[in-house]
This record gives sequence, C-alpha cells and structure tokens, in this order.
Amino acid sequence: MAKKYLHIHRLRRVYVWELPVRIYHWLNAAVIIALIATGFFISDPLALMSNKEASNQFTMGWFRYIHFIAAYLFFFNFIFRLYWGFVGNKYANWRQFIPISGRFFKEMWTVFKIDILMLKKNGKQQDHLSVGHNAMAGFIYFLTFIMFLVQCLTGFGLYAGTSNWWLPKLFAWVPAVFGGDILTRQIHHWSMWFFILFAVIHVYLVFYHDYVEGRGEISSMGGGWKFIEEDVFEKNKHHTPNPEK
Amino acid sequence: MANDLTHIYKLMSRLCLDDTQKPSGMNNDVLPKQPTYYEEVERKGYSRRDFIKFASMMTAFIGLEQSAIGQVIKALETQPRMPVIWMHFQECTCCSESFIRSSHPIVADILLDKISLDYSETLMAASGTQAEAALKNTLEKYKGKYILCVEGSVPLGADGVYCMIGGKTSLQILHEVSEGAAAIIAWGSCASNGCVQSAKPNPTQATPIHKIIKNKPIIKVPGCPPIGEVMAGVIVHYLTFGRIPELDNIGRPKAFYSKRVHDTCYRRPFFDAGLYVESFDDENAKKGYCLYKVGCKGPSTYNACGVTKWNGGTSFPIQSGHPCIGCSEENYWDNGRMYERGSAFAGFGIEADADTVGKVALVATGAAIAGHAIATNIGKSKLIQKNEEEGRESEHELKS
Ligand code: HEM
Ligand code: HEM
Ligand code: SF4
Ligand code: SF4
Repeated sequence: MAKKYLHIHRLRRVYVWELPVRIYHWLNAAVIIALIATGFFISDPLALMSNKEASNQFTMGWFRYIHFIAAYLFFFNFIFRLYWGFVGNKYANWRQFIPISGRFFKEMWTVFKIDILMLKKNGKQQDHLSVGHNAMAGFIYFLTFIMFLVQCLTGFGLYAGTSNWWLPKLFAWVPAVFGGDILTRQIHHWSMWFFILFAVIHVYLVFYHDYVEGRGEISSMGGGWKFIEEDVFEKNKHHTPNPEK
Repeated sequence: MANDLTHIYKLMSRLCLDDTQKPSGMNNDVLPKQPTYYEEVERKGYSRRDFIKFASMMTAFIGLEQSAIGQVIKALETQPRMPVIWMHFQECTCCSESFIRSSHPIVADILLDKISLDYSETLMAASGTQAEAALKNTLEKYKGKYILCVEGSVPLGADGVYCMIGGKTSLQILHEVSEGAAAIIAWGSCASNGCVQSAKPNPTQATPIHKIIKNKPIIKVPGCPPIGEVMAGVIVHYLTFGRIPELDNIGRPKAFYSKRVHDTCYRRPFFDAGLYVESFDDENAKKGYCLYKVGCKGPSTYNACGVTKWNGGTSFPIQSGHPCIGCSEENYWDNGRMYERGSAFAGFGIEADADTVGKVALVATGAAIAGHAIATNIGKSKLIQKNEEEGRESEHELKS
C-alpha cells in the first residue's frame, strides 16, 4: 500500500570532502578539544592534594605543554586549510564561505526557512540544497575561521613573550593592541566559549542533516562521499564538457 | 630665595662640556666650572668605594655586562649633571617616594637631590614665583637638552581644570615643558597608561603622556609605583650612553620590562607543579604555594619585581604572600579583579564572569537543540516518514 505514493530515490555518489579536508577536519576537531580541555585547566586548575615535592610534579607544566603543542598543530592545520581553499575541489573552495553573491544570501535565507523555521518550500518539507556545505553552514564556518584567527592571534601574542622563536615573536604586537597581556588573555578565554558552543551546535546539525536528508552527512567526513538524488544531479550537471577537466 | 636662584643659575651652567654644546647667549666667564656627578658624590662625603659600589649596582640593574662598569663609572666621573625637570600632574607622588627610597643612598642624594633637579614641585626648595621663574629659565637655557620627567596623568576633561598649577592646566604646562625636552620619562602607571584615575568611567579624562605628546622620545616606566632602582637605572642609562635605553613595542625599557613577574617568580615551581594557595588562610599559603588561584596577575604582568625586588632587595608583594595585582599593566584596575583570575564580563553584571555567561549560553544552546529536535520531528514528520518507508521498502525487497 505504501508503494502507491513512494518515490524511490536513486542516489548518486559525489566525492565531496577530499582526503586532505578530512584529515584537516579530524585533526582540527581533536586539537580544539585538547585546547579547550587544557585551556579550562590553565584558567582554573583543580586543587591537587599532594605530599610530593613541587620539583617532582609538573601538572600545570604538562597542561600548558599540551596546550602549546596542540596550538601549533591547530595553527599549521588552519594555514593548511586556507591554502586548500584555493587548490582543493569546489566544495572546499573559499567561495563556499564568504557571502558575496546574491545567490549566497538567497540560499542562506532558504536554509533559515527550512531548517530553522521549519517552513515548507514548494509544498515540500525539504528543498534540495547544495551538496557541499549549505550557504548557512558555509557562513558559520567563515565566522569560525575568524575565531580561529582571533584565537591564534591572542594565543601566540601571549606566547610571544616567553618564546625565542621568530614565529610566535611575529605576534608580539597583539598584546600591545589590547594594552597588555591581561586583556589579551581574557579575550583568549572568552573566545573559548565560541568554540564550545560551535562544537555542540555543529555536531547536532550534522546529525540533524543526516536524519532529515538521508544523504550520508555524518559519514561524509569519514569517507568523503555524499549522495545526491539522480534527478537533481541530471538537472545540475554540466551539459557542456566539464571545464574543470 | 636669592640663594636658590643663584643655585639654579649654577646648575644650568653645569650642563655644558664644550663650546659646541653651549646654548647660545651663555656667558662662560662668570660661570664656575661645573662639577660632574662624581664630584658631587665626593662633595656629599661618599667614599670612592661607595661610588664604585653604586656604579656596579647600576650597571647590573640596567642589564649591562660586567665590563660596562668602567663605562658607567667614566660617564659619572666625566659627565656634568643633566638638567632634569620633574613635573607632577594628577598623581599621588608614590613614584617620587619610591625613587628617594631607592636602596642606594647615592640615587636619592645625587640623582634626585637638589643638585640634579631643576624643577620638582615636591622636592625643590623654591616655591611660588621663584620656582616658576626657575622653570622658565631652565626651559630657555637648556632648550633641547633637558630631560622631562612626568609623574601623573593629564586630565583633559572640563578643559583640564581638574589639575592646575600656578593658574595653568596640566595640559598647557605639559605642552610648554615638553617642547624643548630632549626626552621624556613617563614615571609610573599614571603617566604611562593612566592608572587608577583613568579607571572607568574616568571622570577627569585622565590621559597618559604618550597620547598627548607625539613628537618626543618617551620612556615609559610603569608601575604603581615603579621600583626605585629601575627608575635610577633608566636615568643612569641615559647618562652613560647619552641616549634612551632600548624600548619594547609599548615603549618600556627592555632591561626591566621584558619579563613577566611570573617568569622570575620564586614560587613558579609551585605553579608548574600545580600546587596553589586556595585561600589566604589555608595550609598551602603557609607552605608558600603559588598565588595563581587567589588572583595573581604575575602571568600577565611585565615588571622586574621578581628580580630586583623592593626596598633594596628585601622582598616583593608575592614574597610577602600577596598576589601581584598587575600594577604596571595598562588598565589593571578595570581588567581584573584583584583576588580572582577572571574578570567581570562587561554588560552582564558585576558578578557574571565569562564562564558564568558561557555556562548559561551552553544550557540555553542545549535547550534550543532539544526544542529544535522536537520541532523537526513534528514539522518534518512527513518527510522523515517517507524516508523511513522508502528505506523499509528496500529492506523488504532484499533477499537477505
Ligand atoms: C562527531 C563529530 C563531528 C562530525 C560527525 C563532524 C562532521 C562534519 C561534517 C560532515 C562537515 C561538513 C558538513 C557541512 O559543511 O555542514 C563538517 C565540517 C566542519 N567541522 Fe565537523 N564534525 C564533527 C566535529 C567537529 C568538531 C568538534 C569541530 C571543531 C570544533 C568541527 C569543525 C568543523 C569545521 C571547521 C568544518 C568546516 C570544514 C571545512 O573546512 O570545510 N567538527 N564536520
Ligand atoms: C581553540 C583554540 C584555543 C582555545 C579554546 C584556548 C583556550 C585557552 C584558555 C581557556 C586559556 C586560559 C586563559 C585564562 O587564563 O583564563 C588559554 C591560555 C593560553 N593559550 Fe590558549 N586556546 C586556544 C588556542 C591557543 C593558541 C593557538 C595558542 C598559541 C600559542 C594559545 C596559547 C595560549 C597561551 C600562551 C595561554 C596562556 C597560558 C599561560 O601562560 O599559562 N592558545 N587558552
Ligand atoms: S605567585 Fe604569581 S607570579 Fe608567582 S608563580 Fe604563582 S602565578 Fe606566577
Ligand atoms: S608584584 Fe605586581 S602588583 Fe606588585 S609591584 Fe610588582 S608588578 Fe606591581
């Protein structure tokens, strides 16, 4: 009986996230979690009760050490992602993130109506959206990248004073802008909450899209594949020979 | 009074070493030969030994190598005293206090005593018209040669009436005296960054010197007050080399402000170990653990307290069990609470720190997500149902 109104989707495999993007993603997720965890400890260390000599312990030392290692990984990974925004495939391209075209804003509005206001479009509860990030997601990642930058600037700015290497030293001007380390450090601390809130919402939304769209959203960051309805594919594909080939 | 004027006249004459340095219009014949710093030291009854000790100490403070002791001694022996004008604006005089209590008596006696100071409201003997006349004299005679020391900030609010001396606002005075200065030393946090009188809402619009004077080299020596030895060190450096010391990107002498209090703090091993004072009367406080959790700003404060210490190396705040309050950092008054690590989060009330706001936001986010999840299951029920049926259909059709 169900058969009567069932439209069986034919899905076509699209390679959306190339391996470098996937590696970037999980390395990024891992170091951000490490940075948040160690950052919390640095800002408010637990009360340790110990009879050992101070010289036999290095608890805070280790937390800071891990924070700084993770910070370097985070920084270089971030730089790499920026680079990949120019050489990667179209779903990794920088244009996916920066709202410059009218189309971008229109799509953001559509996403807002469908996914947040739960409105229908053309009588459907789900409109087909882009295969890569939708425009709203892209824009949120754009803000996220800005926060990456803020965190790198303030973090390396704080780090510069105690480092002898030229790279962190490049950031020595940052605390001067904020009038010193005290405020810089507070900005660094406040920004952490952006990452916490982002991660929670982001993971929820990934599950949400997987659930309502059924196109393999969650696993896409694993294998790189997403799936697109055959009819949509036909409608949107290049009819002239692919200029990218 | 007349005595003072003659005295100042003599002082002014001491500046010149040779004719090329001489301000035009000065009559060499009537001026007595000017003593050098060393001659003044001798005159004051210090022994050669005291003098050498002083020079060595200063060499160490300003971060020079041992071999430079000779250079410092030579400079003090040969350089005639430098004219210094010391202005007091909106301040509490703690910088002067700190300076004259600098551990080595020669600092106060020679560098700051009346022989060195042409004008200082606090310490000069002259007053009233005479003092103003002396100031005017120095400004004219030593144009381009004198060092201007400023203690205090300049209130710009209400046309500067909050701080007036001799009928002029501090802003007017600052412009007048800075014009012919060779360099400006901004003593203390007031002159360097505004200190407490610039705390929100800054009713007098207290403004640090570098925001007003743009065309002179300015040495910032922040701290509330700065350490006396540091102040002396800055002056001795100028004397020895005839130029301002190397400054960091905020304009502070690198020799004293390139390290955080935290990096030279003797409690640092406790910090690294993770052993902290939890409250001022606990066992850990007795054991001398790190004061980080009771609000120590040492990790964000650039100053020499951990090395040079205070009162002739006797102690410094952390050594006596009090956390650093970051007195040499800009805005330390507004940026942090004294006995807590975080600071109030602007716009969320006095008690809400960033973490409280964050936790509330996190709970709100959680609630929003739960709401959205429910709304999704209701609003998109048909879609979800269709997907599910489609999937089930395929499952049924498959053999195994
Ligand atoms: C269970 C955990 C996670 C899963 C399954 C997941 C999955 C995904 C997926 C599928 C995308 C692309 C989807 C889209 O564009 O909307 C994505 C993008 C992204 N995710 Fe995650 N994610 C997870 C955790 C995290 C965490 C913890 C972070 C960092 C806080 C993070 C940061 C990002 C960023 C920055 C992007 C943009 C990627 C790009 O540069 O193109 N993710 N994630
Ligand atoms: C997602 C990224 C990051 C997060 C969430 C994060 C979080 C934090 C937090 C919460 C603190 C404690 C601040 C406080 O005193 O209250 C901290 C400290 C610090 N972080 Fe980060 N951080 C991140 C990235 C970085 C990066 C890229 C660097 C670059 C080197 C860095 C360097 C530092 C430094 C130097 C401190 C001060 C530690 C100390 O001196 O003891 N952080 N971080
Ligand atoms: S007492 Fe303050 S300056 Fe000293 S180690 Fe602890 S946090 Fe650092
Ligand atoms: S320990 Fe900190 S608050 Fe105390 S004098 Fe030094 S810099 Fe100022």
